[in-house]
Amino acid sequence: MSAGPWRIAAGHLARNRAAMAGVAVFVVIALACLAAPLYAEHVAHTDPFRSNVSGTTVVDGRTVQVLAPSSTGLGLGVTPIGPTWDPGHYFLGADNQGRDVLARLLYGGRNSLFIGLISALLCCLIATAVGVLAGYAGGPVDALLSRTLDVVWSIPVYLLAICLSVILLTSGLRLGPITISAGSLWVPILIIAVVYVPYVARPVRGQVVALRNRDYIQAAIGTGASDVRVMRRDVLPNILPTAIVFVPIMMALDMLTESALSFLSVGVQPPDASWGTIINDGLGLLYTRPAVTIAPGLCIAATAVALNVLGDGVRDALDPGAR
Amino acid sequence: MARKALPGIALITTSLILAGCSGSSSTPATSASGSTAGFQSQHKGGTLKLLAKSAAGSLDPQVNYTLQYWQLYQAMYDGLMAFKKVDGQASFTPVPDLAEAAPQVSDGGKTYVFKLRQGIKFSTGAALTTDDVVASFERIFKVSSPTAGTFYNGIVGADACLTKPATCSLAKGVVGDATAGTVTIHLTAPDSEFLYKLAVPHASILPKGSPAKDAGTTPLPTTGPYMVASYDPNRELKMVRNPNFSEWSHDAEPQAYPDEIDESFGLTVEAEVTAVQNGQADWVFDPPPADRLNELGTTYASQVHVNPLTAFWYLALNTNLAPFNNEAARQAISWAVDRAAVVRLYGGTNLAQPACTILPPGLPGHVDSCAYTAGGGATWSAPDLAKAKQLVQQSGTAGQEVGVVVQDDTVNKAMGEYLQSVLNEIGYQATLKPLSADIQFTYIQNTKNKVQLSLTSWYQDYPAASDFINVLLSCASFHPGSDSSINISGFCDKGIDGQIQQALTLARTDPQAADKLWGQIDQAIMAKAPVVPLINPKLVDFTSKRVGNYQFSKQFYMLVSQLWVQ
Repeated sequence: MSAGPWRIAAGHLARNRAAMAGVAVFVVIALACLAAPLYAEHVAHTDPFRSNVSGTTVVDGRTVQVLAPSSTGLGLGVTPIGPTWDPGHYFLGADNQGRDVLARLLYGGRNSLFIGLISALLCCLIATAVGVLAGYAGGPVDALLSRTLDVVWSIPVYLLAICLSVILLTSGLRLGPITISAGSLWVPILIIAVVYVPYVARPVRGQVVALRNRDYIQAAIGTGASDVRVMRRDVLPNILPTAIVFVPIMMALDMLTESALSFLSVGVQPPDASWGTIINDGLGLLYTRPAVTIAPGLCIAATAVALNVLGDGVRDALDPGAR
Repeated sequence: MARKALPGIALITTSLILAGCSGSSSTPATSASGSTAGFQSQHKGGTLKLLAKSAAGSLDPQVNYTLQYWQLYQAMYDGLMAFKKVDGQASFTPVPDLAEAAPQVSDGGKTYVFKLRQGIKFSTGAALTTDDVVASFERIFKVSSPTAGTFYNGIVGADACLTKPATCSLAKGVVGDATAGTVTIHLTAPDSEFLYKLAVPHASILPKGSPAKDAGTTPLPTTGPYMVASYDPNRELKMVRNPNFSEWSHDAEPQAYPDEIDESFGLTVEAEVTAVQNGQADWVFDPPPADRLNELGTTYASQVHVNPLTAFWYLALNTNLAPFNNEAARQAISWAVDRAAVVRLYGGTNLAQPACTILPPGLPGHVDSCAYTAGGGATWSAPDLAKAKQLVQQSGTAGQEVGVVVQDDTVNKAMGEYLQSVLNEIGYQATLKPLSADIQFTYIQNTKNKVQLSLTSWYQDYPAASDFINVLLSCASFHPGSDSSINISGFCDKGIDGQIQQALTLARTDPQAADKLWGQIDQAIMAKAPVVPLINPKLVDFTSKRVGNYQFSKQFYMLVSQLWVQ
């Protein structure tokens, strides 16, 4: 008895060393981020969402101010404590609010990964539905949906995302019974999911258009099967690998977009953190405490590379012809 | 009609007469920094290179209301009066500028007669006449100058001009006599601060034919030592010597040193600071970035100048919206905010000091008092979070959502995040709304935007208590639905408003008693806590190594025209 196509694909993926390395990096980062509350509460003993501007800490037996006023020259400026390399407190130093950067980095990673994952899933789900409907229905339905996708596609992604963010961050979103408050993480999730729908829906629609003329689809239609049944039973399983290939790639893209939006103050809102907001926090400390910017930058880069390598591996596994 | 000046005005005019006397002589300016030398011709010449992140909009001196250009206007435009262009406290003194001497005040302080100096020419070569003065006052209304309705609304005929600016005529308010060379200004009521108001750039005298609309990027003729050669808001403002200028009063408009002053736009503040460090530019308009302050204060200490300002940063609590329509809730914020933390976020104790009052130290009327400090005392020592939490509970506003609107630059945003943290800690659910500096100030003024709490600041127009209390917290300054409602808290207390009117009236006859009353009003307002004073800031000027003769006017800050670049 031969293995099923999914099992074969899983086997291919497992043998792909680069993809597995990507998985390993991603899992390590994700697990570390999931452990953020444990680290903050039980190791660093800090609240990463509360300003600690006038706080003190003990380094090498000496009590020092977390935000230390300059004591040399004219005594201008205040510098946050730098990396202590002590996991117990301020391992990566403090930001301009006196908050532990490592604790915020871990919490920020939770948000960045959560937004990236959920928006990628949501995007692929919506895009698959739109692509299948447009490709299968054809005619005016296809024309309407395709032109709508074209319009969305024609607007630069970041411009569209920033516009939507500014609107939703001011007033929140109310869609019938669904209410999303202005500062909710669901605001960036929805925005990012929506702006990338055309990027996935168009290739899906193209595949469905090709499938639509296949004999077995025509035969199913000829037997009197309903459109919904044909789409669900005959079309969807054939385009599912394509949609799945998109998930890790879109997750990397969505995470980068979230970081960019948060960096521009139109994504995750304070005191919540994401890697983008932490980079923004570190901008004003580039000369004195570059670690505040570099650490989240490295996290973003490592996660994006890991997800892209994984995405390539998934594509190779599900669609060997595309190698 | 009696020609006896009222004591309040007499106080100013006495100093003016003295100033006028010295001003017409060639006696050199005495700076508080100790520089007593006269004009030193060996330092004349060169090009002074200034940097600013962006241009400050219209070049029109009767329209522009920014420190950036007001500072430059000091060396370009003149009014009947000017603030003395010297270092230190004396720079708060108004002196005759285009007027030959202090005005003769009569009619119980309602009539001012100025005699124009002879021989002054505009940069176009045209002679200054009384017609130019009359036209300039009418133009204040025709161009809807930002302070037309607040500074100059007391001129007879101003009411009609405010209603119909296009056809403004001040025929009965500002009367020129070309033969006698005098200009008479009639007020509807005595105004003890009128001479100050004549010394700000909105009262600049321009040629009669100047357009009756905002001149925008087109330079208008000047009377001072410089004129604008070119202005591109995306690139540069170039000022060159006015060939028709010759010093008429060292106090009011001293001879300038650099041959040319260029202010370039477009660099980031980081790049600006680096350019000055490298000697590629001479001065940065924008405040240095927080992460460069330590470096400037140590490696470049000799090029850094720190000066206290008569200004304060404060929180405006909307007294007409929940939760801050509740006095206890407002007081809770006053107790909760750690001013020392705000000082740190601003750059440390050498750049700011905790504020407890509306009137900054050094301003007439200021009294050291602190209603909201743990343990009591006249100066701020520590917050009292327990009391703040108790007041929040007592007010029944715990758990309510509060939006904090701040500007989106690094310092304001950092303060906003801190405030958000404090609000959450004492029982509110705070959200932070950082807005571009270009729109935040007008956004928080408009009641339609339902701003509950905002972080803002106020820098004096002129050295008077009324410029803070009357402007920021009187009923007359509250205009619901308008972007120009500078009483951001929407605070209107009839009792306190009565005291404000009393102080304004008293200032005409007994300035010292008025100052005392202003101090009491300050404390009465603080008891109701519509605003939370945070800090009194200092200004950092970073100049290049080659710059000399730095002088700081408390009124208009660094005297650009007096810098040496060679």
